[in-house]
Amino acid sequence: MATKTQTLGVNTPATGLSNEEILRYSRHLIMPEVGMDGQLKLKNARVLLIGTGGLGAPLGLYLAAAGVGKLGLVDFDVVDFTNLQRQVTFGTTDVGKHKSEAARARLSNLNPDIEIQSFETQLTSANALELFKDFDIIVDGTDNFPTRYLVNDACILLGKPNVYGSIFRFEGQATVFGMPDGPCYRCLYPEPPPPGLVPSCAEGGVLGVLPGIVGSIQAMETIKLILGAGDSLVGRLLLFDALGMKFRELKLRKNPDCPMCGKNRTIHQLIDYFEFCGVRGEEAPAPDLQVPEMTPRELKARLDRGDDLYILDVREPHEYQICNIKGHLLPLGELPRRVHELDSSREIVAHCRSGKRSAEAVDFLRKAGFRKIHNLKGGILAWSDEVDPSVPKY
Amino acid sequence: MAVKVIIPTPLRVYAAKKDSAEVSAETVGEALGGLTAQFSELRKHLFTDDGKLRSFVNVYLNDEDIRYMAKEATPVKDGDVVSIVPSIAGGC
Repeated sequence: MATKTQTLGVNTPATGLSNEEILRYSRHLIMPEVGMDGQLKLKNARVLLIGTGGLGAPLGLYLAAAGVGKLGLVDFDVVDFTNLQRQVTFGTTDVGKHKSEAARARLSNLNPDIEIQSFETQLTSANALELFKDFDIIVDGTDNFPTRYLVNDACILLGKPNVYGSIFRFEGQATVFGMPDGPCYRCLYPEPPPPGLVPSCAEGGVLGVLPGIVGSIQAMETIKLILGAGDSLVGRLLLFDALGMKFRELKLRKNPDCPMCGKNRTIHQLIDYFEFCGVRGEEAPAPDLQVPEMTPRELKARLDRGDDLYILDVREPHEYQICNIKGHLLPLGELPRRVHELDSSREIVAHCRSGKRSAEAVDFLRKAGFRKIHNLKGGILAWSDEVDPSVPKY
Repeated sequence: MAVKVIIPTPLRVYAAKKDSAEVSAETVGEALGGLTAQFSELRKHLFTDDGKLRSFVNVYLNDEDIRYMAKEATPVKDGDVVSIVPSIAGGC
């Protein structure tokens, strides 16, 4: 595990602020709800951010700016171009750098008076308790179910608050788990959904501002916990619908039979969360469909030879507008009722963006009696890599 | 009783992209049944093959979790709002 840090932990609580800090935090200090006492609480607080992506961006920026004395940043990922639409901590020159380190550099520039520790590692059952023990509050900004259950369980085992936020396309949720009398993540969601049911951001897309709003709510809840001010979201699930611009609130109750935080706890240590969630990794594909494949190079060679091939593009119309390889557009969802439009006597090559949806299409068509059909291996992404780089990747 | 059922984003693809539906029902279970009668593709996402509500689907009547009420037998009244609250994990 690679870490970059100065010193570990706030051993001696700060009892005062320098003149520079007083100037920097003056808009906090003049509010009685924060004041000198509150600003010192912030300075002595230690907050660990799990994930430095979409939710982690506003979290890191606001908590660093607010003067939280010690921030930990956990992320194993590397910045890529598709992150920049929403992960506002990063700039174009950060592409290719490790996120935890790029975020540390950005936040240090924002506030050089705080300690920032980056952990370039994936959070696992083997390292979570060790990582969490030096922090007071854990903020969950991850992007997958196994890590969310892991963060929850580690927080309950250590008795630490877990400031929760999650997003999907236009919808967000936020609450605070892990407080002594409050519910935990398992009280709300005893079991994860089956893998593949809920698409990831990479599959489903996400409006860039949404993590900005939900991450900011998490930052606000974190600061309120530190200050001991206001009404926290403990026991309330905040639902945000960005399209309707509506906030709703549901009551969250502590489940007396919760296997993690209930009276008769049955989980006493961290488990294998990938197994629990039925996946072996966030990007684990659905069980592989065994369908005949054709590589982009083979397809190019066959087309160049003048073979009669019918290219079937099973993506959505808005994706076709981004780029296409002159296939016939018939979205996967419409295939069952439009199957008669296809000629089963012709040789068909189906493709999508990555090859996953078109594998489903090929599987469906084979069951419908199509015999001369192939899946374009790796989809339009592979076509761009191997055949025609002028086709943009998305 | 006329109640409104709120359909969450991940399930809207199975509900003609609608964000809510009006149904007539006496209980929460009937309201969900009315919803899946309108949008048959939703059924398998909400219920198991033997007709039980799936364990990862949370259903609220107004702001209360039906698990702490009479579950699907919880009675509804005119103007109530039934919400399906899905597990979402995105943060990236």
